[in-house]
Amino acid sequence: MNSRVDWVAHMVLALGVLLFALPVWLVLAGSTQEADAISRGELSLIPSLSGLHTYADVLLRPGREGAPPVWHMLMVSLGMALSIAFGKIVISVLSAYAVAFFRFPFRMAAFWTIFITLMLPVEVRIIPTFAVMANFGLINSFTGLTVPLIASATATLLFRQVFLAVPDELVEAARMDGAGPLRFLRDILLPVSSANIAALFVILFVYGWNQFLWPLLVATDSSLDTIVIGIVKNIGTETQTEWNQVMAMAVLALLPPVAVVVLMQRWFVAGLTEGEK
Amino acid sequence: MATLELAGLRKSFGDTAVLHGVDLSLADGEMLVIVGASGCGKSTLLRLVAGLERASGGRILLDGRDISAVDPSERDIAMVFQNYALYPHMSVFDNMAYGLRIRGLSKAEIASKVDDAAALLGLGDLLTRKPRQLSGGQRQRVAMGRAIVRAPKLFLFDEPLSNLDAKLRVQMRAEIRQLQRRLGVTSLYVTHDQVEAMTLGDRLLVLHQGRPAQLASPMEVFDRPADTYVAGFIGAPAMNFLPAVLTRGGAAARLETGAEIAFSDGDRPGPDGRRLTIGIRPEHLSLGGDDLALTVDLIEPLGSETLVHGRPAAGVHGRPAAGVHGRPAAGVHGRPAAGASVVVKLAGHAPVEWRGDQRIGVRLDPVQLHVFDAETGLRVEPVIR
Repeated sequence: MNSRVDWVAHMVLALGVLLFALPVWLVLAGSTQEADAISRGELSLIPSLSGLHTYADVLLRPGREGAPPVWHMLMVSLGMALSIAFGKIVISVLSAYAVAFFRFPFRMAAFWTIFITLMLPVEVRIIPTFAVMANFGLINSFTGLTVPLIASATATLLFRQVFLAVPDELVEAARMDGAGPLRFLRDILLPVSSANIAALFVILFVYGWNQFLWPLLVATDSSLDTIVIGIVKNIGTETQTEWNQVMAMAVLALLPPVAVVVLMQRWFVAGLTEGEK
Repeated sequence: MATLELAGLRKSFGDTAVLHGVDLSLADGEMLVIVGASGCGKSTLLRLVAGLERASGGRILLDGRDISAVDPSERDIAMVFQNYALYPHMSVFDNMAYGLRIRGLSKAEIASKVDDAAALLGLGDLLTRKPRQLSGGQRQRVAMGRAIVRAPKLFLFDEPLSNLDAKLRVQMRAEIRQLQRRLGVTSLYVTHDQVEAMTLGDRLLVLHQGRPAQLASPMEVFDRPADTYVAGFIGAPAMNFLPAVLTRGGAAARLETGAEIAFSDGDRPGPDGRRLTIGIRPEHLSLGGDDLALTVDLIEPLGSETLVHGRPAAGVHGRPAAGVHGRPAAGVHGRPAAGASVVVKLAGHAPVEWRGDQRIGVRLDPVQLHVFDAETGLRVEPVIR
């Protein structure tokens, strides 16, 4: 009876995997086929090796209407995702450190102010943020693209919880050893929280990579096109859409986040199992 | 190598006073154990000395220098924490070296100091390990090593053995004592374990609700407890308490059973009828007398000794013994808790096969009586004539 339950469970799991993997496979297969064939609805599930040149085409050749080549878009996306992930981590570690370990006037007020911004989604504050960036003259700049996305209530709250879980005795032992606040942060707190930082980095990188609305608004100059923007721009032009190119771009856009998740996952799972606070 | 002096040390958290003024003075190289039930303020006292908390009043003098307002890192004090508080991401070597690195010692100096401490503690082979790869006893040693390498003026121990299993605790207890003697560092040791308190301390401070109840050598505290709280706290099983009144012009106490016990060490002051609490340790009760009658509730054979728990029954003298009680309720001076049993400790195996509801007669050793005032709980000394 047990083996029968196992069999059913495996079937359900296999179905689930298929459900998630099939669209990705379809994109992968489609990217290697003729644009005309896809338009006619003759999308084969078997990739054709002869169509691999599409990747070289989109990567290296400039696109239509002055669009940069995909390698450039990937670099912009990478730069943006890394800036946002690192920026968020630095800012939120510092603010969480202040809120969790120090007693200062209006500490709880500061905490609640951060907390309340959680309740405002990006879309709500996107117009005022745009106005601020415009006044600073940061439209169509890399700074304008990344800085507004760096402030993060979620990461601050998460680190605050992580820091509150650090035993008081550890803090006190460091004080007795003579470690000042910044030394404690660098020598004890950050290494102890490294697993959490790694986990958050993965989430934030993917978050930054997938940004669409803000880059669309703030960067109209095509030299600042991210890969996500590039894909969208490539669809729905007046002329016929080159679906094989769009699919190749989608596959390329998929690779860096997947690489980060795969690489970092090993690292932070190891950190989690070893980690002892 | 230092002396420590506390003068009128007080601490309140908000409206709650935790320490009501503690005066204390430690000689150079002395180990003083602070003992008390949880919540008595002993850990707070230690944290005040360490500088982890600010005192609400009073002064702390280390080698004559007032350190009450000095940062913990500047006090030249090392502390061993209950949970060891080792840095989990650092090796044993780095854990011990961290404080020295912050003080800016050279690499060679650090290495030699850490190696010395590691050799002293038998940690030489473990220096590259991480704390999670160590056993409880080894972690404890690393925590001690971290304190030792800094060669501080004062060691503070905050219940360092409470997370170890019983066997290891006995071993580490002996090691701590030997180490402290060898290094000759003045030490404050906080514990709730009275065996640790008795064996480790040159002197003992019994804290009760934020006030010092007694400060004396362990044997003095055991032999002449200052009040019923100390008497009930030190010694296992705990001392039995029996209500009594003064009689025969102060020469004897009459228990509620009617039995009269003459004081062997002199008369107690006060009029006949003065209400007393007689304390007697379980090992000073023996079978076969008629001072007290017990209905046996429970027998605990421990091999080398046997504990007999009994309820005071109607006295042998024919009087009901409803008012005869056991140990005092925690925290209330001289108010023995009703219904607690009397414990008799007998050497060896149980002399007979006991059965439930058995009646036994018990004799009190008159030489070993402790006499307390029933109202204040304070010890009543004999009048010197």
